[in-house]
Amino acid sequence: MKLNRLLGRWLPSGRTGVIAFPFFFLFLFFFVPFILVIGISFSEQRMGVPPYTNLTQIQDGVLNIALNLSHYQFLMTDDLYLATYLSSLKMALISTLCCLLIGYPIAYYIARAEASLRSTLMMLVMLPFWTSFLIRVYAWVAILKNDGLLNHFLIWLGLIHDPLRLYHTNWGVYIGMVYSYLPFMIMPLYAHLVKMDLALLEAAYDLGAKPWKAFFRITLPLSKNGIIAGSLLVFIPAVGEYVIPELLGGADTLMIGRVMWNEFFDNIDWPMAAAVTCAMVLLLLVPMALFQHYQTKEMEELS
Amino acid sequence: MMNERLNSQVMNPAQTRQSDFVQIIDVVKNFGDHAALNHVSLTVKKNELFALLGSSGCGKSTLLRILAGFESMTSGKILIDGEDLSRIPPYKRPVNMMFQSYALFPHMSVEANVAFGLKQEGVPKNEIQERVDDVLDLVQMRKFARRKPHQLSGGQQQRVALARSLVKRPKLLLLDEPMSALDKKIRQKTQLELVNILEKVDVTCIMVTHDQEEAMTMASRLAVMSEGEVIQVGAPSQVYEFPNCRFSAEFIGSTNLLDGVVVEDEPDHVFVECRDLPQRLYISHGITGPLGLEVTVSIRPERVRISREKPDQACNYARGVIKDMAYMGSYTLYHVALESGKVIVANLSSMMMGLNDAPGYDEEVFVSWSESCQVVLTS
Repeated sequence: MKLNRLLGRWLPSGRTGVIAFPFFFLFLFFFVPFILVIGISFSEQRMGVPPYTNLTQIQDGVLNIALNLSHYQFLMTDDLYLATYLSSLKMALISTLCCLLIGYPIAYYIARAEASLRSTLMMLVMLPFWTSFLIRVYAWVAILKNDGLLNHFLIWLGLIHDPLRLYHTNWGVYIGMVYSYLPFMIMPLYAHLVKMDLALLEAAYDLGAKPWKAFFRITLPLSKNGIIAGSLLVFIPAVGEYVIPELLGGADTLMIGRVMWNEFFDNIDWPMAAAVTCAMVLLLLVPMALFQHYQTKEMEELS
Repeated sequence: MMNERLNSQVMNPAQTRQSDFVQIIDVVKNFGDHAALNHVSLTVKKNELFALLGSSGCGKSTLLRILAGFESMTSGKILIDGEDLSRIPPYKRPVNMMFQSYALFPHMSVEANVAFGLKQEGVPKNEIQERVDDVLDLVQMRKFARRKPHQLSGGQQQRVALARSLVKRPKLLLLDEPMSALDKKIRQKTQLELVNILEKVDVTCIMVTHDQEEAMTMASRLAVMSEGEVIQVGAPSQVYEFPNCRFSAEFIGSTNLLDGVVVEDEPDHVFVECRDLPQRLYISHGITGPLGLEVTVSIRPERVRISREKPDQACNYARGVIKDMAYMGSYTLYHVALESGKVIVANLSSMMMGLNDAPGYDEEVFVSWSESCQVVLTS
């Protein structure tokens, strides 16, 4: 009895435990490694294992902390990095817009389909996840190659005579990114569109709005949060994408993910790679904060 | 025949009388095999508040949605002010609707909600502002003009919805279960307010409701509907006092129904023999029908008297035992079981009897009613 009460005072309550577990997980496997990465970005490259110097050294009883800012300076001064960041943002932005333009009609159609059909259609949207991401991107190599399926098909149709150059170009990257991230756009859009009260549209018609006007004045504004959520879910991972530009992009496709890979594995310059990573996270903090902001706002509106 | 007559009227809009402002002519609506509306014809007068009354699934909402243009009809014709609506899409009809859920646009302020319809019409900006202010004044919501719908109470939302449907000055206003989203307590007050507002703006109005009290309070005329057909049309008092069939009698208010057979048929009176009564019923008017016709006689509970002594009349009374009583405040509801087992319901006004000597449980009493308050139903 006594022990129980003592334990009860010291052990966290069940609720705290439930919340604490995922926090602990994220702390251990996300926050701590990230702090290590930040640490590495301030160290210096060296030959050996690990390929970077320690930040702290105790020499004659004196603690020396050496923060090496040269990598960040280099990031600022070398045009390649700036160009890469801008190019990553541009490619992610265009991919997001394409996902929105393609995803919105699909989500709209599914949300307005008969209730019994909806879950089947959403299943189809998510079906690609059953296959490994890597394999699906490899499949696109086979489709987009100069003598690939797509070019064969278009030539057979007589639409083109010379194969389109898609593989190893930015076009290939866009196709791959839109394909891969489309479900992430459709899901939040669908969730917003399906819960919309259709009486609102009838009210708009009743008040004299033609169907297209009712769409732009009622449906579109009411799905705003879905658009924001979907766009950020596509944009954030697209900025740091490595696999798609590596497999489908050309030598001139500049994306941060590839630069990071090069620094890490080709140049074995871990500190530089870590600095590139930290800069990217800083860059993505803005859209991530926006995402959080809209999520909380929506939760508040619901309650 | 009927149709031809109505159609020939349509050819000549000039002939359209004021009493035929809205004409619903032989409207049929089928959903697959199911007939939601079965040859419905109705006319609504100008500036009238007309109620479609019926339980769920009777087709009243379908008819309203057809009027608004959200459903198409299988066959039939609808004219408003002589204009055929059939081929006009909902966004061009001179009809506005107040939705059951109000359907206020959640992302727009009260003002923007009300202005929405005028903007679609291309009304100049300053006129929009003027008309929006006027109609918000009318429903006393001007001071809430900048609020969003979710910041309003149910009653306030309803008034905004009303303002939004009135601001375009529709020829016909449709009200879909206008009170169903409100608390029971504020309903009665709101019903009268709504009627007052509608009278001020002179609008022809069709409302749908399943609540007979609501229909009787608000409507100037009503149509009782059942299974896609119109059962009876008339003023509330007319339908209540003179139901034309069992369904009407039971649906509007409650009633006692006695089945019987006509045994004596004179021009000025009729005798009906009932299984449940020891003597015949005396009806003080003639009916159209042969001897031996099976009829049902309806007697409203508030017309039934209860007494300890045998009433001073030869007919239209019965002896019974009080089986149930419910004190309702302004009246007391008695269930009196006759010798046959038939239960007669009587409402006794609290004003009419002192609480102390009111008849009690298991007391033997006489129920009686005057000959003029009986309605003979042949269907």
